[in-house]
Amino acid sequence: MPEFTSAEYAAIFLSLKVSIVATLLSLPFGFVLAYMMTYRQFRGKVALDVIVNLPLTLPPVVIGYILLILLGQKGFIGQHLLQPLGIKLIFTWKAAVIATAVVGFPLLVRSIRIGMETIDQGLIQASRTLGAGWFDSMMTIILPLSLRGIIAGSALMFARGLGEFGATIIVAGNMPGVTQTIPLAIYEYASSPSGDSMAMALCVVSVVISVAVLLFHEFLTRRMIKVD
Amino acid sequence: MELRVAISKKFSAFDLNVDFTVSQDKVGIFGPSGSGKSTLVNLIAGLQRPDSGIIQLDGETLYDARTSIAPEHRRIGLIFQHPHLFPHLSVKNNLLYGQKRCASDNRKVDFDSLIEVLQIHHLLDRGVNKLSGGEKQRVAIGRAVLSNPRLLLMDEPLSALDDSLRFQIIKHLKDVSETFHIPYLFISHSLMEMRLMADTVLVFENGTMTEQTSCEQLARNRMGQSPVGYINILNLANPRQVDGMVAYPWGDSELLVSACNEQPGTSFELSSKDIILFKKHPEAISARNLLKCKIIDIFTSGNRVGVELSSGENRLIAEVVHQAADDLGIASGSEIYAAIKASAFRRMG
Repeated sequence: MPEFTSAEYAAIFLSLKVSIVATLLSLPFGFVLAYMMTYRQFRGKVALDVIVNLPLTLPPVVIGYILLILLGQKGFIGQHLLQPLGIKLIFTWKAAVIATAVVGFPLLVRSIRIGMETIDQGLIQASRTLGAGWFDSMMTIILPLSLRGIIAGSALMFARGLGEFGATIIVAGNMPGVTQTIPLAIYEYASSPSGDSMAMALCVVSVVISVAVLLFHEFLTRRMIKVD
Repeated sequence: MELRVAISKKFSAFDLNVDFTVSQDKVGIFGPSGSGKSTLVNLIAGLQRPDSGIIQLDGETLYDARTSIAPEHRRIGLIFQHPHLFPHLSVKNNLLYGQKRCASDNRKVDFDSLIEVLQIHHLLDRGVNKLSGGEKQRVAIGRAVLSNPRLLLMDEPLSALDDSLRFQIIKHLKDVSETFHIPYLFISHSLMEMRLMADTVLVFENGTMTEQTSCEQLARNRMGQSPVGYINILNLANPRQVDGMVAYPWGDSELLVSACNEQPGTSFELSSKDIILFKKHPEAISARNLLKCKIIDIFTSGNRVGVELSSGENRLIAEVVHQAADDLGIASGSEIYAAIKASAFRRMG
């Protein structure tokens, strides 16, 4: 096994950072969106559902390209919102976070929604007649009872984030130490003639992290069943 | 309590159209399943919204064309068929859920006296998933009562319980309502539960209220169509052992009951169909109870004649067909002999 240099350590660290930040950032939005999709009736619900789930079926490269167009210096959001505020996203690690968040978001929402759909409607009605308003009921009944779905969704989204490649390489580029995550580093080593062993070593790291995430998820789920 | 409900709501299966005002504290809503009883409960509680109409409780408008108060502000407690306890909270935190959300001015129910009435002291620190069916329902009752409602809606709270538990829970429901002075609407498809829980009954059929009557009147009206007839409820006490049976003082004489029971006071069911009437004293019969009674009332229900008998202070209703009534020469004020088998009494609970 070859020795990792600082560039590889940076890639591992960056991968973890991007996935964690993207997951944490998406959680509140994912929860609210899952709540709306499960409990509220509103116009455009189907359209919203399609938009949220679109990244599941679109090639990540397409998502990356759309984000580049939107967030770039001449893009709609880039020009009118980010530039006046002095924010530069494209080709920074923050762009990688956004790309990862968009790609993993539907997985998060789906898991939380499945969790919410299993909650007995009677429990929510009981809380309302006991004096809880809808927000109170959401925080004290729906949130704790959908915790399993939230954990599953977070684990899934985090794991998906570690593997994010197509969207990231377009909006964040592939700069060692700046925006190069594990998959991007593997891609670079695999395309250079002497990089096979390093690519393989990074693959092993990927597998180890993924297994750790799955075990952690399993552990939390089992603990919750015991508490029940 | 004064509750006025005049609402309508359209559904694909049926239309709900009700208009009633009740001022009694123990009101029953009786009807077969699918007659709109549960929908009515949801509408009063605010969990569903009517298409039009008005709902007022003690002079306050809960719903009309301009107002629709959210369920959490109506102060109407709900006890469901299933307990719906919050699985992530302990028994104690389930109980306190409503109390915490009740304005301090309205907090009248004392926590300690409530758990005393419901006998749930030993359950407080447990998780709700480890409780039995009856325990769960008791906690659910406590939770609703601790939210200090102005009115309790009990939507078939006994139908998921077995017979012996049913009578225990009836006692708890009545106890909390009386101890803490909370009026209630009791919803059920069981005539027996109605008679034990309610003073006045609203009868529902196909989404409309067909009559408002007393439980006693309802039971008499239904006697002719019911396969079990009219069920006499006898509260008997001070038993005496006689030849493997139990004798209870009743009216001017005694009732011999074969249902074995050690409790000093018990309620028994006796169907009007299990009472045989004789014009004169028969010489010898196998039925162990032969009571000399006075006829105090006669009523018709379907193709049957109900005969109300009295012995001392006590009353019994027997049923006969019209021809038998003619043969016996049944008339108010006349005397008659009633024979009842000792095995015809069914212990309640």
